[in-house]
Amino acid sequence: MDQLSPVLETHNLNIYYGTFRAVTDVNIKIPRHKITAIIGPSGCGKSTLLRAFNRMNELVPNTHIEGEIIFEGHNLYARTIDPVEVRYRIGMVFQKPNPFPKSIYDNVAWAARIHGYRGNFDELVESSLTKAALWDEVKDILKQSALSLSGGQQQRLCIARAIAVQPEVILMDEPASALDPIATLKIEELMQSLKKDYTIVIVTHNMQQAARASDYTSMMMLAGNTRSGTVIEFDETNTLFTRPKDKRTEDYVTGRFG
Amino acid sequence: MIKKNMRASSGFTDTLVLRQRSGKSWHLAFLASTIFGILALSALLINIVNSAMGYVVIDFKINPAVMAVNGIALGEQTTEQWIQLLKDNLSTGALNKLENVEHLSERSRREIYSLIETRVLKKEVIESWSLYDSVFHKSEIITEYLHMQETHPEAQLKLMSWINGDLIMRSQSSEANTAGIRTAVLGSLWTIFFTILFAFPLGVGAAIYLEEYARDNWINRLIQTNINNLAGVPSIIYGILGLAIFVRVLEPLSSGALFGFTDPTTANGRTILSAGLTLGLLVLPLIIINSQEAIRAVPQSLRKASYGLGATKWQTIWAHVLPNALPGILTGTILAISRAIGETAPLVVVGASTAISFDPTSPFSKFTTLPIQIYQWTSRPQSEWRHLAAATIIFLLVLLLCLSAAAILLRNRFEKKY
Repeated sequence: MDQLSPVLETHNLNIYYGTFRAVTDVNIKIPRHKITAIIGPSGCGKSTLLRAFNRMNELVPNTHIEGEIIFEGHNLYARTIDPVEVRYRIGMVFQKPNPFPKSIYDNVAWAARIHGYRGNFDELVESSLTKAALWDEVKDILKQSALSLSGGQQQRLCIARAIAVQPEVILMDEPASALDPIATLKIEELMQSLKKDYTIVIVTHNMQQAARASDYTSMMMLAGNTRSGTVIEFDETNTLFTRPKDKRTEDYVTGRFG
Repeated sequence: MIKKNMRASSGFTDTLVLRQRSGKSWHLAFLASTIFGILALSALLINIVNSAMGYVVIDFKINPAVMAVNGIALGEQTTEQWIQLLKDNLSTGALNKLENVEHLSERSRREIYSLIETRVLKKEVIESWSLYDSVFHKSEIITEYLHMQETHPEAQLKLMSWINGDLIMRSQSSEANTAGIRTAVLGSLWTIFFTILFAFPLGVGAAIYLEEYARDNWINRLIQTNINNLAGVPSIIYGILGLAIFVRVLEPLSSGALFGFTDPTTANGRTILSAGLTLGLLVLPLIIINSQEAIRAVPQSLRKASYGLGATKWQTIWAHVLPNALPGILTGTILAISRAIGETAPLVVVGASTAISFDPTSPFSKFTTLPIQIYQWTSRPQSEWRHLAAATIIFLLVLLLCLSAAAILLRNRFEKKY
């Protein structure tokens, strides 16, 4: 992986909620145009780490970080960087589908509109929905409420909405955990087709999903006897699942954990 | 019933019947509270309607038939002839007073006729009955009427509704026959307009600030606590505040002098503007609290989705928080405005006029409002005024209903079909 240029790099990243250190000393490099999965037991800081990548953590009061996250050569947490710009270039898809209570069309077009998109909105909506593998299902009902779609469709709509603003990275926080296996499979296929244009980072509880769908995997676990999570192993997914270097990783991925 | 289970032997007792019974008694208790509320409200409504219509005995000191000119009955004469009749029979002072309010020639035919009835023919309601008596004791009323006819040969017995078109169209007057509520209705509408204009944007703005921008520190918690407490402050205190600030300190503004508006009859700050702003202060905490509640009810996931797309805070508030909170905000505002429209005490302090017959024409006019009018009329000893007050209460309730209905229609328009 050293020959790949990383999109995101963390240097000694610590994330705090108030005085509580939720994530300790993370040093990873997220490779470009690959799918990187973050796995680990509940409460080890996976989602916290993910949200640090586009500064969504700051919506929670009293959060701060130490260390740095480098994105395309810039420290995301430098004083001169506006978090709004960060979130514009690093999009996010959430655990529960959360479309806006607007029409399907407006869900996709809204963000582009606020970012001053000057092109053809119809084309943008069509291409975004096509990339999200949803176009054929909704092309005749674009004016209908997004809330009338099924859970899986709503989640793909959220992905379409995220790619409509053309980010460079898409962060996905357990995007399939609220969906059934068929909808989950669709999301996974979609991720494969998206990775040629975007870098994807996904948090998942589902180890089969990480093994199936990701190129790289980052294994997180509580550090020592603390309540603070850290990355204990980062490698190509194949290697991590078949020849883990860390005993704890091996126990976790083989189901012998705890 | 299912066969008794074997748990009985393992320490469980069969309490299902008891549990169901206690549930049922709570159910009945709640039903009883509802019925009590409905009964109380019905009693109120029945009481008002009871006074608002019924039999009256009307007497004329002068028989209208005497007023016929050249064989043409009074009722068929032209308006000009009527005006002349008024001019012939009224003193110059009384005429000038009438002309000052509105020129006789500009008044409606109906209004002139009611003036003739009161001023020339000396129409008078000499007895009145409630609706209940009119329906159930009709024979006694008729006996009494026949008895009255001995002393008042011209007296007529009529079934009348005190709430009628005349009541609404006529301006305030010192005589029950010609008294109307137009002045008060217009006063109420003007006042409430300024209340909304002042309190709605300010209240919603403060709610947005407190919910979306303010950090959770001691000073903001102090502000929040104070707002919650202000909602419970007696309304008369707001009246005193309004008197001190809007009427006295801001007199140049509230009397309109600052804008070159000079009305010799309104040489101070006791104006519609002062009243509207005072009521605005009164409902401001209510609007803030209700709007905060509505804004807080917008799911956090919508805000996250918006921020996640790179929207700024204001774009998120404008496009997602406000549209979703709007129905709730409007509901809260409706409640607050309904409260404001019925307020009496603060307006008495701010200086509502009790007897003006001029329609308000600008924010700087003197004013009276419906509740003030009702308060004034109910305190008079003659029974006609109490009937008029009851009729005014009905009109106030209808007005309130109309305003609420309008606001609810507006709210439903904003409540998306999604």
